[in-house]
Amino acid sequence: MPTHGVLSLRGLVARATTPLLPDDYLKLLNPLWSARELRGLVVDVRRETEDSATVTIKPGWGFSGDYQPGQYLGIGVRVGGRWHWRSYSLTSIPRRDKKLIAITVKATPEGFLSSHLVNGVDPGTVVRLAAPRGDFALPDPAPAKLLFVTAGSGITPVMAMLRSLRQRGESPDIMHVHSAHAIGDVIFRDELCALERTQHDYRLHLQLTADMGKVDFAALDGLVPDWKDRSTWACGPTAMLDAVENAWTAAGVRDKLHTERFAIARTDKGGEGGTVTFKNSDKSIKLDGATTLMEGGEKLSIQMPFGCRMGICQSCVLPLESGYVRDLRSGTEHRAGDRIQTCISAASGDCTIDI
Amino acid sequence: MAITDIKQYVHLTEADIEELARELDAIRTDIEESRGERDARYVRRTIQLQRALVVGGRIALLASRNKVAWVAGTALLGIAKIIENLELGHNIMHGQWDWLNDPEIHSTEWEWDTTSPSVQWKYTHNFVHHKYTNIVGIDDDVGYGLLRVTRDQRWKPEYLANPVFNVLLGTLFEWGVALHGVEITKVRKREKTMAEARKDLRVIGKKVAKQVGKDYVVFPALSGPGWKHTLAANAIANLIRNYWAYLVIFCGHFPDGAEKFTREEYENETHPEWYLRQMLGSANFTAGPLMAFMSGNLCYQIEHHLYPDLPSNRYAEISERVKALCDKYDLPYTTGSLMHQYMQTFWTIVKLSVPNKFLQASSDDAPETHSELKFRIREGVRESFGVDPATGRRRGLRTALRELQTADVATA
Repeated sequence: MPTHGVLSLRGLVARATTPLLPDDYLKLLNPLWSARELRGLVVDVRRETEDSATVTIKPGWGFSGDYQPGQYLGIGVRVGGRWHWRSYSLTSIPRRDKKLIAITVKATPEGFLSSHLVNGVDPGTVVRLAAPRGDFALPDPAPAKLLFVTAGSGITPVMAMLRSLRQRGESPDIMHVHSAHAIGDVIFRDELCALERTQHDYRLHLQLTADMGKVDFAALDGLVPDWKDRSTWACGPTAMLDAVENAWTAAGVRDKLHTERFAIARTDKGGEGGTVTFKNSDKSIKLDGATTLMEGGEKLSIQMPFGCRMGICQSCVLPLESGYVRDLRSGTEHRAGDRIQTCISAASGDCTIDI
Repeated sequence: MAITDIKQYVHLTEADIEELARELDAIRTDIEESRGERDARYVRRTIQLQRALVVGGRIALLASRNKVAWVAGTALLGIAKIIENLELGHNIMHGQWDWLNDPEIHSTEWEWDTTSPSVQWKYTHNFVHHKYTNIVGIDDDVGYGLLRVTRDQRWKPEYLANPVFNVLLGTLFEWGVALHGVEITKVRKREKTMAEARKDLRVIGKKVAKQVGKDYVVFPALSGPGWKHTLAANAIANLIRNYWAYLVIFCGHFPDGAEKFTREEYENETHPEWYLRQMLGSANFTAGPLMAFMSGNLCYQIEHHLYPDLPSNRYAEISERVKALCDKYDLPYTTGSLMHQYMQTFWTIVKLSVPNKFLQASSDDAPETHSELKFRIREGVRESFGVDPATGRRRGLRTALRELQTADVATA
């Protein structure tokens, strides 16, 4: 955290650099010397499996290393001149590792940015960061009995938890059920196996779904007899999380379950319209694919910023918090992290705008 | 009395106008789809260059008692301020670079190095001026509530000082732009309350305090005993920027051929006609790459008005396509050298200081404003010409203007 002194010095120098900040000049010398936008420098990209990699990042000024294991990090990467934003779970241990942070990314066929991070980012690349967020975090100290249910890249937030537990010197009773397609697809396989060998409190069940099929959560007793007594953290594909939630709800232990969903529900391609939520007022409205977000907000009597209403003046631009919207003029789809012109944008699935 | 029916004025059929709009839309799509790393690098490098010039200028002026340092520092700072205001500030606030999705180069975040607060500028300029371009009585940029730039504006005694106001506005341009945010014309017409105006003034006041603090307190103080020289240098750098921005902007809408419009025209306007109004209401000036850069590519004012939010570095290539469309649809494309365009502007401002009764031309057929009625002074000029049977080319406004000049004109 920047000290009070640093901040007031910055404010003083800004008298001379106004309307810019001193950061805007300093970053020309070193891209990390700016706190206007959180930045980071990629220092290492290490392949974990065929289609996943761990990206280690040195954060720039203003980044707080004080995150919790299990939280995710917003990362902006420049591709073709344009910044693209996504969120990935941090796999590094908070307040450690020479202040370096790491995310582990699995390239998915439809995930343009994840593929780029796994295959196309070189050390030395400057990225943008958003402060770590998320409720899917391990408390300190952790509960005595834990169950982790993960699948695929859902292992990543749990890896941060496992590493942090070790570093904190805690050794709760951990049962870990992890699913992957085949043995070569298990991210952190060596580390997990080593954990199992050296930590007698940690037991791992690897479900290789290509041979064994999916975990049957209705018959979990066979795998983890005392699962109802354990505080559970589950992360993976939507179908798995739905099955987990059903099982925990049916057993009346839903309050012991913490889940993290990566995917945002999105209408099928071409399917348009959706429920638009206006974050600050928490009002929402269902809109078709031809009604603009501005019209929707005005119907709810939200004071939407407006100007030309034809897409030329940028008075109405607002940040898209989550979901997707479509630019009615060009047909371009925008996603969370983009700023959108509400007068010419319509919902493309459920979305939330920051107003 | 300015153009009320743009369709009639351009002498094209409705189908032609719609076809033209489709072709203009296609240019937008082509540019949008081809934006990429090359464009992004252009704006990043412009920002780097501009900041390096500022740093260089400010450092040189720390030794402002030395004559060479003073001249170099003033020049660097003046150039930096010009680039900052035009190619960066004006264009970034138009959203030309919003597609980068970079919060540091974004219309919602950018603040520029002038006394005008960006939030007010985006309202009066991006919205009012670019949507209601050259509509007398709505677009406050027609004379800025101070000057008489078309005889469509009713004469008032204070316009006798038109040439004086013109020089004053050029000199104090950044202050004029800042006050423009208060929309004095609207306040006068009671469309805006004094309370609202006071609120705007407070916002301007805050920005002014920062700007004045920087140029006239902080940097002079840092120069120690040379503070007077630094203060003068900063004032002159601001003046250089003021005159240049004034020149570029006045040559965009006030040379002959940049048409003015009536409220009625806007009330019945379709999107294709909006395009036409932008084309006819703006004027370019010829510029090489360096001058284009220093003008923030506003030498391509026509292209800027057609596509205010497309990246400025592409206006040059867009202009080739717009010129080709003007040829195809037989429309005028108003351009000339900077001096030529400014002399026309200047002469208009001088002339219009007197009431219309001392002026020769009527507001239907004057150098700075025309209307469809100018074609009515002689019977027999058709509403549209259709396709030339000999060449197969469309005939529009250019042919109509030629007909009017060459054929015998009956006195009205």
